[in-house]
Amino acid sequence: MELKPIPTRDGFGEELVALGKINPNIVVISGDLEDATRAEYFKKEFPGRFFNLGIAEQDVIGTSAGLSTQGYVVFATSFAVFLTNRAYDMIRLDVCYNNFNVKLVASHGGVTVGEDGASAQCLEDFAIMRVLPNMKVICPVDYIEVKKATRVITKTYGPFYMRTSRAPLPILTKEEDAFVVGKANIMRAGHDATVIACGVMVSEALSAAEKLKHEGIDLKVVNMHTIKPIDVQMIVNSARETGAIVTAEEHQMAGGLGSAVAEVLVQHYPCPLEMVGVKDSFGESGTPAQLMAHYGLKDVNIVAAVKNVIKRKRI
Amino acid sequence: MSSKNIDSRFRGNDSIESLKRKAKTFRRDILETLETAGSGHPGGSLSAVEIFLTLYGYQINHKPDDPRWEDRDRVIVSKGHVSPVVYVTLANFGYFPKEELKTFRKFGARLQGHVHSKVPGVEFNTGSLGHGLSFANGIALGARMAAKNFKVYCVMGDGENQEGSVWEAAMTAAHYKLDHVCAIIDYNKVQENGPTNEIKNLEPLKTKWAAFGWHVLEIDGHSIEALKAAFDEFSSTRAKPTVIIANTVKGKGVSFMEGKSAWHGKAPNKEQLAAALKELQ
Repeated sequence: MELKPIPTRDGFGEELVALGKINPNIVVISGDLEDATRAEYFKKEFPGRFFNLGIAEQDVIGTSAGLSTQGYVVFATSFAVFLTNRAYDMIRLDVCYNNFNVKLVASHGGVTVGEDGASAQCLEDFAIMRVLPNMKVICPVDYIEVKKATRVITKTYGPFYMRTSRAPLPILTKEEDAFVVGKANIMRAGHDATVIACGVMVSEALSAAEKLKHEGIDLKVVNMHTIKPIDVQMIVNSARETGAIVTAEEHQMAGGLGSAVAEVLVQHYPCPLEMVGVKDSFGESGTPAQLMAHYGLKDVNIVAAVKNVIKRKRI
Repeated sequence: MSSKNIDSRFRGNDSIESLKRKAKTFRRDILETLETAGSGHPGGSLSAVEIFLTLYGYQINHKPDDPRWEDRDRVIVSKGHVSPVVYVTLANFGYFPKEELKTFRKFGARLQGHVHSKVPGVEFNTGSLGHGLSFANGIALGARMAAKNFKVYCVMGDGENQEGSVWEAAMTAAHYKLDHVCAIIDYNKVQENGPTNEIKNLEPLKTKWAAFGWHVLEIDGHSIEALKAAFDEFSSTRAKPTVIIANTVKGKGVSFMEGKSAWHGKAPNKEQLAAALKELQ
C-alpha cells in the first residue's frame, strides 16, 4: 500500500509528544515558531515543560544550554535559517564548546519551503553545523525515519542538529529498518554509479534510478541521513564497488553533504564525483516543485550528473 | 523567606576587615598571574575584585571541596576575559592550589585564557560577550522546574550591554519572574578602545534595566558593605530579577592602570608588576 507523503516536521512533533510521556526530562524551547516546527504538539501536552522565548534565537540557544545543565534533554526549535544562522555564536560556544545536551531541531530546510522565498529557505545549515566540534548533523528522509532519529538523539548525549521539512516527503523507509547515527542506509543496490543523497533528494535519486534503468544504467542509492559523522565506510565501499559517486542535497553545493563526501573520497578512495545542489545562489518564491526544477534538484538533474560521472570513470 | 537561611553552614563568614585584606591579596595575585602569563586582562579583573570576593566570601552557598555540589549557587561569568580575577578567587577559596595560577594561559593548562569549566568552580565556558545571562536564565528555569532553591548569579561587563543578546535575556528573566537570578554589572566605564560613553553610550543604564522589568540597585562596586547590602536586598526581592549596577574603576588599585583602556587586555611586565605590588601592600 502506498503511504501518502508527510512533512518530516510532523513526525518530529508527534514523536516528541510520545517521548515526553515516558521521559519527564524532555524540555522544549521555541523562538515563537512552534506552530510551524510542530513543537506545539508538545506544548499542548506538556505546557510546564515548554517555553516560548519569543523572537530571540540567541536567547533560545543560551537558555537551552543553561537548562540542559539541570539534567534536561533540551530541544531548541525554530526555522533552520533563524536557529542556525542567527544564533551561530551561541551554538558554537554555549552548546558545542561546552558540549551540552541540547538538540537543535529546525524545520524549513531548503527551497521546498516554497512561497516564503529566500529569507526563509535555509541552504547553509549542513555546512555551518557540521564544521562545529561536538555537533552531529542529521537530515531524516521521511516521517518514519524522523521519528527514529528523534528517539535516538534524545537518548544520545550531546549536541545534535536535525533538519526537518515543511514539504510532505514520500515514505521510503519501513518501521523495521535500522536507524543508526553515522550509518547510512542502502535504498537500492546498483553497480554502475552511486547516488549519496539526504532528505527530499533521496526520492529524487530513486526516481532517477528508475529512469536510468531504462537506459541500462544500474544505480545504487544511499540515504545518508547523517551528514556528521559521515559514514566513511559506506562512501568508500560505494566508490570501490561502483567507481563513480553523485551527491544530491537540498543545500548549497559548497560545504554540505557533497563536500563531506568529497573530503572522504579524496582522502580514502579518490574517484569521480559530481554534485547536485544549489549553485551558490539564494532561493526565491515559488511552489516547491517549481523551485526544485529551477535550482536543478530534480531526478533529471541527477540523471544528467550520473551520466557525466560515468563518462569520467576510470575503466 | 530569605535564601540566607538555606544551607547557611556553607556560606562564608569572613568579616569585612578580612574581606578587605583579601581584596589586596587578590589584586596582587591577579597581577602576578598576569605577569607570569605575559598576556591577559587586568583592567576588568581589578575592577571586579570586590564583586567576586563578596560573592564567594559572603553571598553564595558553595563547597570548594565539592565544586559540583548539586545545591550550590551558580556563578556565571559572562565577561569571560576576566579569568584572572575568577581563577584567583577560586584558588584563594580553595577550589584548586594557588600554585596552579602560574599555569594560566599556558599550553595544556586547565586555566584557559577565557574562563573554562575545566577549572573547578567554573560553570560555563565563556569569552564571547553577551552569552552569560541567557545561560543563567536557563539554569534558573531548570531549578524552578525541579523545585530547587539555589540562586544564579551572572557577572557581566558594562561594554557587554552593547550586545543585543543581553536584552533578549533581560526580557526573558523579567517575563518569567526569575527572582532567583541576580546580574551584577561591573560598571567600570571603560572598554577595549576607550570610554563606554564615547564608544556607544550605555546611559541611562539604570533606567534601561528598570524599563526591562528588573529590580535595579546601583552601588559602589568597591564597597564590600554596599555589595553585601545589595545581595541581601536581592535575596529578599520577589517576582523580579535583580541587577546590581556596581560602579567601579577599571584597573582599580593600581594608579597607572586606573581608568585606562590600554590596560584592558595587556599584562604588566616585571617593572610594572613591582610598581603595582608596592601600591598594594
